[in-house]
Amino acid sequence: MAQAHAPQFKNPVVKWIDSRLPIFTMLDHEYNQYPMPRNVNYLWAFGAIAGIMLVIMIATGLVLAMQYAANTHIAFESVERIMRDVNYGWLLRYVHANGASMFFIAVYIHMFRGLYYGSYKAPREILWILGVLILLAMMATAFMGYVLPWGQMSFWGATVITNLFSAFPLVGDPIVTWLWGGFSVDNPTLNRFFALHFLLPFVLLGLVVLHTAALHVSGSNNPLGIDAKGPQDTVPFNPYVTVKDGFAVVVFLIFYAAFVFFAPNYLGHPDNYIPANPLVTPAHIVPEWYFLPFYAILRAIPDKLGGVLAMFGAIAVLAALPWLDTSKVRSCKFRPIYRQFFWILAIDALVLGYAGAMPAEGVWLLVARIGTAYYFFHFLILLPLLGKLERPLPLPASICEPVLKGGGRVAAGAHAKPMEKA
Amino acid sequence: MRSLKSAILSAAVALGLAGAAQASEAVHIPKQEWAHSGVFGTIDKASAQRGFQIYKEVCSTCHSAKLVPIRTLAGIGFSEDELKAIAAGYEVQAGPNDAGEMFMRPGIPADRFPSPFPNDNAARAANNGALPPDLSLIAKARVGGEDYLYAFLTGFEENPPEGVTLMPGMNYNKYFPGHQVGMPNILMPDGVTYADGTPATVQQQAHDISAFLTFIAEPHMDARKQMGVKVILFLIVLAGLMYATKRKLWSTLH
Repeated sequence: MAQAHAPQFKNPVVKWIDSRLPIFTMLDHEYNQYPMPRNVNYLWAFGAIAGIMLVIMIATGLVLAMQYAANTHIAFESVERIMRDVNYGWLLRYVHANGASMFFIAVYIHMFRGLYYGSYKAPREILWILGVLILLAMMATAFMGYVLPWGQMSFWGATVITNLFSAFPLVGDPIVTWLWGGFSVDNPTLNRFFALHFLLPFVLLGLVVLHTAALHVSGSNNPLGIDAKGPQDTVPFNPYVTVKDGFAVVVFLIFYAAFVFFAPNYLGHPDNYIPANPLVTPAHIVPEWYFLPFYAILRAIPDKLGGVLAMFGAIAVLAALPWLDTSKVRSCKFRPIYRQFFWILAIDALVLGYAGAMPAEGVWLLVARIGTAYYFFHFLILLPLLGKLERPLPLPASICEPVLKGGGRVAAGAHAKPMEKA
Repeated sequence: MRSLKSAILSAAVALGLAGAAQASEAVHIPKQEWAHSGVFGTIDKASAQRGFQIYKEVCSTCHSAKLVPIRTLAGIGFSEDELKAIAAGYEVQAGPNDAGEMFMRPGIPADRFPSPFPNDNAARAANNGALPPDLSLIAKARVGGEDYLYAFLTGFEENPPEGVTLMPGMNYNKYFPGHQVGMPNILMPDGVTYADGTPATVQQQAHDISAFLTFIAEPHMDARKQMGVKVILFLIVLAGLMYATKRKLWSTLH
């Protein structure tokens, strides 16, 4: 895929290290020369944005962990100490708390981009499945992070979600007791959630490394969904995509900063500023917004075990997507019928999210049920059939053909420019 | 143990999975004008200081604010000497001393506001079974925030509407979820005498105490917003430079 020439390093130290451990060659190869299709749009920046969010979360989380105390007696107060007494503690906590939401926003857009442009299709199946695993790891991490402040929603959210496992016959109750480390959500639960909340981001980081490694084997997809045929179709990652992604990251940071500085609690729930109380149940137990579509699916099924299976099934079906979608054409641009169903699915996800925030009764329960049925219909019935029935539009011969109207110059620096700095 | 567990479980599952049936009788909370609202809004220090007076003279007879150090009040314009005087007005338990005994001493600014009751049970015992909530975070812990606090404090009605029977010792409030609340209507016209001469109407008092409670819930709000303006301006300039660089670089491709 990539150009095979080895970089010439001027710095003698870099040269010395590289001849023994070629990390600089690797970096040059994967992040400097890595050929990106020249027609990628700004939706391709959300992978980089999600990566930046992970770094921000780990950095702020590390510092918060130095101040936080995972004990039910003082956890709530220790968070307030961070907010009031730690230098810029309020900033760290709001950056971290809102960062979780921003991470999910970036990842959800990244996923819908993959759905729209068929980025999960051969040869990118493993890349996509690693992405689904990243989503699962994020969900577990975010859920346990929300428990740590030990407010009312922390406690009752933890109680509801861990209780989901009790739906499984025979093993259910022992699993829940094992998760709790006792017979209710209590200090052992908080302690292990803190340990796992610290561990999982590094698992996440490992998955991201694999995700990127898999990406760099097949190369990035692009809005046309056709393979790059040579250097005329691509640009070197650096500087073309670094500066483009960099611009997108900064714009995203403006959006992020607006929440952190001007509406830091908008995405949270007021009940989480009330210390956890096992004897008082909040009127509404709602998860964080990024779980709401899955929460709606959980509640849409009248049976508890069925609901749990449907909720996990909603994610599992994503992992099976490369084989459920039978169309050979990747991009929606050339799939006029699928394109419409893509947007219906996007609306369906938003409707499910809204229904998840509403009490599960009356019209909202019905909406959640229809939304759930449609979600599975889309993946399990529509996609396999559509691939066979739909007549895709003719694909262009190459990426640069529609972009440059018949062949273009090779990007400046595609072959020249060895890496100057390490 | 087992019955408690199953009670909690069934409550959690019923509430979590089936959703709360009640609560959705939406009461509209009117919005108030706050000096601290908006991007450039800052806490009205004079108002918050008056609010502190109400907290001290009225609220704190039943409510604690136990997460708030007294020195926090520097943020609404009290000088160091004033803070020392305010703190010295409180008796704080300290110790144990060399004889192993706890003793009382005058407060210092680093102390947190002492609570009116030694524990929650004592608070309930003195308040007809109701627990007056801690006020440290109350402005962030209620849907509607300071608007809700204002509405709640001005929302008491002497006589409940027809068809509503109050439980013994309860009071009717238009904005409290469920409308029956243990707390009585506490703000009276001229119930406090403001040091700065502001007429102490019920609305004025409700406004001032809500501003104060907003401040103690989020003492760094002004600093946060000021930093936010700088951060966002910086990011906008950076985005402009990045975009210009990107345009220039990519223009060599076409």
